[in-house]
Formats: sequence, structure tokens, C-alpha cells
Amino acid sequence: MLRLQGVSHSYDDRAVLRDVTLDLAEHRIGVIGANGSGKSTLARTLNGLVVPDEGRVTLGEWDTRRHAKHIRRRVGFVFSDAANQIIMPTVAEDVEIGLRSLRLGREETARRVDAFLVRYGLDGHRDHPGHLLSGGQKQLLALASVLATEPEVLVCDEPTTLLDLRNTRMVHRTLDGLDQQVVLFTHDLDLLDGFDRVLVMDEGRVAFDGAPAEAVAHYLRLMDGADREAGA
Amino acid sequence: MSAIGLYVPGTGPLYRAPAWAKLLGLLAAGVALLAAADHRIALGALAASLLAYPVVGLAPARAWGVLRVLWPFLLAIALFQVLFGEWETAVRLCAQLAALVLLANVVTLTTRVREMLDLFERVARPLRHVGVAPDRVALVLALTIRSIPMVADAWRTSQEAYRARGLSGRPHLLVVPVIVQLLRMADATGEALVARGIDDDTRA
Repeated sequence: MLRLQGVSHSYDDRAVLRDVTLDLAEHRIGVIGANGSGKSTLARTLNGLVVPDEGRVTLGEWDTRRHAKHIRRRVGFVFSDAANQIIMPTVAEDVEIGLRSLRLGREETARRVDAFLVRYGLDGHRDHPGHLLSGGQKQLLALASVLATEPEVLVCDEPTTLLDLRNTRMVHRTLDGLDQQVVLFTHDLDLLDGFDRVLVMDEGRVAFDGAPAEAVAHYLRLMDGADREAGA
Repeated sequence: MSAIGLYVPGTGPLYRAPAWAKLLGLLAAGVALLAAADHRIALGALAASLLAYPVVGLAPARAWGVLRVLWPFLLAIALFQVLFGEWETAVRLCAQLAALVLLANVVTLTTRVREMLDLFERVARPLRHVGVAPDRVALVLALTIRSIPMVADAWRTSQEAYRARGLSGRPHLLVVPVIVQLLRMADATGEALVARGIDDDTRA
């Protein structure tokens, strides 16, 4: 289980996370909040991309400060702009590159690449340049590349921000069907339907932690308050 | 899309040839062309390299795309040689350069990056003894190839933004925004490498 204990982090003098303590045990966890509320930094602490200035982030016995490599193998990460996540020139090669560190052997690697390309409807594009795929296909490729390594947890940082409605639904369905635990950071409140737990971030703190409907209501109240302040 | 291409799926004999054989052939062609040092041979090699595209099943437009990128360099070389040297040298140098770039592009278009990486890893293996990681060398190569369309995209995006604001001319003004975009892309790619466990370095 992912656990955050007293996590605080700053960029220069700007505090972006303030004493966040959480146990992330549920199968589907959503995180919402305004721009600048600390969502992306919180997401990045979960697989060690950001090591907090204070506090600890652990997965079981592993700590991101000392065992980032081990944690990254168990906690997959999907970015909002899939184009930047595509590393290799072609679709199949991009799925394959993430498997190299697992040292599965040539045959097993090829089998897994084929299986994930078929599962995510990318088999017909296997030799195509990844950067020429549509936005939705790029995000599916990003998901396939991460999921091929079979992480225990998938952290998604606004994976539908750059997508149209159809592709958003496609990504939603894909996330919905995963066996893995998913921690979804999003602005798209519709994606939270059926989630077990939703956190609302505000000014680097967890402002609300509970069921999706109540969390969304709390978030909307926060935004209404911010609107009134801006108008005053 | 960039004219200097990435792998294009195909089934011809050149596709089935191993990467090392293609690169060795390219090296041999380069050495032979330079050793012959004759403008007629260079022109023949240029014609042969143009012919290679349809022969291996690649659209001739791909060859044209390469020449379109190369022509300012060819023109500069030709002008310099005609003004300060001999026209035969101008023809030879331009034909040699164009032929070799066209052939190199044929190799790139018919070889999966995966095969190239495997080859480079094997070739660079002895460098382990002096502290070089062969898989890092191969990864850098892959990222270099991957970055070609990224650079083209960054240029196009900046150009569109420039035109959208009603500006024209002065293309040097695009340099700074393009560099800023590329730095952002490089940072994001670095983060993705770390996130996917491909790079072991830890970011703080």
C-alpha cells in the first residue's frame, strides 16, 4: 500500500505540499483540485519522480527516497501529454523499451509486446511512428507501454486533459477495466464515477477525503468561493 | 513529418538483411566513393542511390524529401567549389554527399531502431571496460532518432503561432521559442524515462 507520512515539498520558496499524510489502499482513488493546488507534485511523489523535502512516501517496505528504482517498477506513471512519454521511434519499440529493464528474455518480451498492442488496439500501428498517432492512440500507447511492465499501481496525471470526448471515454473505459489499483489525478469530474475514494487538494493540503459525490460537492464549493474572492 | 525518415514497414530483401550487413554496405559504399574521387562515378552512385528507393519498395518521394532538405548545403558547396576550385570537384562533392545521405536514409527506412540498438549494444560492449554503458549509448541513439520529428514539430508550432499573430519574415525570431519548446520537451522526456524506469537516476 502507498503511504505518505508528513509529506511537504517546496519549489524555491513556494510550498506546494504541506504535511500530507495518507494511506492509499482503495482500488480506485481520484484526486481533484484547482491548478496549483499541488496535485501534480503529489502524483510525482508516488513513484519517486519527486522526493519530498520532508516526510516519507512508501510502498510496503520500500521508500521513494532510497528505493526509487524498485518503486518505479511497481508504480506506473502516465502523464497528461502522452507525446512526451513516447520515447522510441515506433509504437512496438516504445512498448518494448520499458520491458528491457525486466530482463524477460527475447521471446517473452516479444510475446508481451504483441499481447499489449492487441489489447489496446494498436497492433495495426506497431511499426508506425508513435508521434503520428492520434491523441487518443498516443495516450493508449502510453498506457500500454506502462501497463506492459505490469505495475501494481497506476498513477495517472490528468491523462485526458488533451483528449476529445470520444478519446476521453476510451481512456476512461481502459482505466475502468484494469485490475491494478489506479490513482487518477484529474480535472474531469465525470471520470470519478464509481471511484472508491476521492481527495480534494487545496493549497498543498488534502482539503477533503471521502466519497466521490461529497468530494465533488466540496470541490465545487471551493471553486465558488474562489470565484467570489476573485470578483470581490 | 521529417524527410529524414524513421522505419517504414516493408517486406523487400533489404528489410530482411541484418542491420550490420546494411551498415557495412553503407560504409563500403562511402569508402569506395571517396577512394574513386571521380565525378562520373559519383554521378553514377547518385543515380544508383535514387534508383534504390523504388527497387527496395520505398516511394521516390522520400528520396525527393531528402534532396529538398539537402539542397541549400549542396548549393553552398557547389558555389564555393565553382568560385574557388573546379566544376568537376563541385559535381563530385555534391553527388557524393547526396548519394551517401540517400543511401543512409534507405538504411534507416528499412531497419527497425530495435535492430540498430541491438547492433550498437553489441559493438559498444567492449567499452564497458572503460566505464561506458552500451545500453546508454544505444538509448541516446534512439532518442536522437526520435527527436528529429520533435524538432520539426517544435519549429512548425512556433511558425504557426508566429503567423497567427499576423507576423511574417524574420525567421530568426523563431529560434528562441523553438529552443524553449525543445528544452521543455527534453525535460518531459527525461521525466518519462525516469518514470518508466528506463533511466536509473533519481530526480529530486
